[in-house]
Amino acid sequence: MRLATRRRFAWLAVLSPPLIWTLLFMIVPYTIMFAYSFFRKEGFSFIPDLQFGNYAALLLDPQYSQVLLRTLKIATMVSLAALILAYPLAYFLAFKVRWARLRLFLYMAVIVPLWVSYLLRAYTWKTILGSEGVLNSFLVWSGILSEPTHLFLYNQFAMVLTLTYIFIPFMVMPIYTALEKIPRSLIEVSGDLGVGPSHTFFRVTLPLSVPGILAGFTFTFCLAFGDFIAPALVGGPTGTMVANVVQSQFGVSFNWPLGGAISIVMLAIVLTIISISDRFERAGRLDLG
Amino acid sequence: MNILEIEHLTKMFAGGVTAVNDVSFGLAEGEFVTLLGPSGCGKTTMLRMIAGFESPDRGRILLGGRDVTDDPPHRRQVNTVFQDYALFPHMNVTQNVGYGLRIAGVPRSEIATRVRESLAMVDLLDKATATPAQLSGGQRQRVALARAIIRQPKVLLLDEPLSALDVKLREAMQVELKHLHQKLGITFILVTHDQKEALVMSDRVIVVDRGRIVQSGTPAELYEHPESPYVADFIGTSNLIRATFVGNEDGHHVTAFGGKQIRAKRGIRSFEPGGGILLAIRPEKVLLAKLANATTWNHFSGTVVETLFQGNILRLKLALGGGESFVIDLPLQSPRDRIEAPDVGTEVELAVDPANVIVFASDGRP
Repeated sequence: MRLATRRRFAWLAVLSPPLIWTLLFMIVPYTIMFAYSFFRKEGFSFIPDLQFGNYAALLLDPQYSQVLLRTLKIATMVSLAALILAYPLAYFLAFKVRWARLRLFLYMAVIVPLWVSYLLRAYTWKTILGSEGVLNSFLVWSGILSEPTHLFLYNQFAMVLTLTYIFIPFMVMPIYTALEKIPRSLIEVSGDLGVGPSHTFFRVTLPLSVPGILAGFTFTFCLAFGDFIAPALVGGPTGTMVANVVQSQFGVSFNWPLGGAISIVMLAIVLTIISISDRFERAGRLDLG
Repeated sequence: MNILEIEHLTKMFAGGVTAVNDVSFGLAEGEFVTLLGPSGCGKTTMLRMIAGFESPDRGRILLGGRDVTDDPPHRRQVNTVFQDYALFPHMNVTQNVGYGLRIAGVPRSEIATRVRESLAMVDLLDKATATPAQLSGGQRQRVALARAIIRQPKVLLLDEPLSALDVKLREAMQVELKHLHQKLGITFILVTHDQKEALVMSDRVIVVDRGRIVQSGTPAELYEHPESPYVADFIGTSNLIRATFVGNEDGHHVTAFGGKQIRAKRGIRSFEPGGGILLAIRPEKVLLAKLANATTWNHFSGTVVETLFQGNILRLKLALGGGESFVIDLPLQSPRDRIEAPDVGTEVELAVDPANVIVFASDGRP
């Protein structure tokens, strides 16, 4: 066998498992979903068709468009909250912790929650915020409240809080990596040129960490956007997110065509976000060497 | 008054390593001084303390008569050229060079003028809008220089600025840096481990070893009058030979090795007769005896072990009578010099002027 041919076979052998995996579990299901999104629902059966009624319902029926807008809003708030909390932490880790082992330990402390069951992490906040929860017990015990309040749980605040908590590692990791990559001599030379620490941060450190911020924002936004467990646990009636709607369309509501249409719209939104952030990242990609 | 005064500077690192140990020196205005030493000798730490990136555990730094020991880097009128150039990758050349002025709020038109002047100084006006990624190593080096001189610092610090360049470019930049120094009249401190670079560029060289100053002087002084075998060996090349001290005679130290008597005019202090000493002899100061006509010279012999043709010179590696290895450099002024050079295995008679033999105590002290 010629070398070139053999090389090609080797390539195929290496690539085929992931390719087959992607085809079977990504492309095929999405194609089916895409096809379903044009079907009609009649009674308890779905009639194959090519019509845009499901997409129209999604845009025109406030029941769905509102949920979609709310989801976008909550995902944005979660990403912003995570950014505001994660940046100082990542900065502290990358620049202020001088002892390498302590840095590793703190970094692991951020990452470790990812290995704990997702459900458990969401549930934690239920036990903290609930009417019988830690926060209420404390407030009643300390006399600030005379009786437990229901204000903490089952609303959008609780959801933003929970989702921020759950997804913050995805913000810390890329920002930390970006900050870590900035040569220390760039920070030093800024001071050397007569520029104080705060200007140095805004003119050097922050601009050079933008790729990390973009990556973290994309991760957090997309993960929060598609979440359906936190809304179910702590969201309450005003906290329903678009993924819950999808879930119910494929479940109790038994309207696969509509569920398919919503899923395709979600996919489109997420892909748009990713490509925008990728474009920004590309434009700002710099040679730090 | 000295522009920069370093007093008893000491810096300890974690693990009890003393990087800089009680170092004091002063710099006159407009001087070009090199801190020369092997890597890890503490020279870069000294530079970083002068720049303000490290704070000393003891000692003071006076800049223009003012104590700046506790000032942060951005309050010191010194600028640094970093080894890796440290150009801001998100700014073009003009923005890099004008960075400090822009944030200091200098008017735009003035910044533009000064950036142009600065870039003209390093001959890089045509790259004003390029980004660092589009520049070659030598051009990045120039940008870093232009950026460091634009604020007219009292002292310019250069941390191994040429080490990343290839040999030809490095030699060209050495000369250019020297010219830049003459044009600007600013005090330069260069840190390097390259003794040739130090000799070529500096008015004064400070040799550093293990956190201490070993010797300081003009390049010629260091080369001609090393005060220790360490300096004799680090600056240029020296043959260091163990010998025995015999006595003094006619203003000469008389020493012996391998049954031969070697007379030396130089040697700073007196030695115990019969004591062990070290002789330092530069390879290019030794001639083949047949070419030397002075009778007052020392004569000794060795066997050629290897010949190394280096273009401008022929280096002979010899074994002396007691087996000591010894190198001499023969100038190649005419084609005959190479053809008539002794072959490997032959024994050659050598001659050296007593004025070119230096005696050190065997413990390394002069």
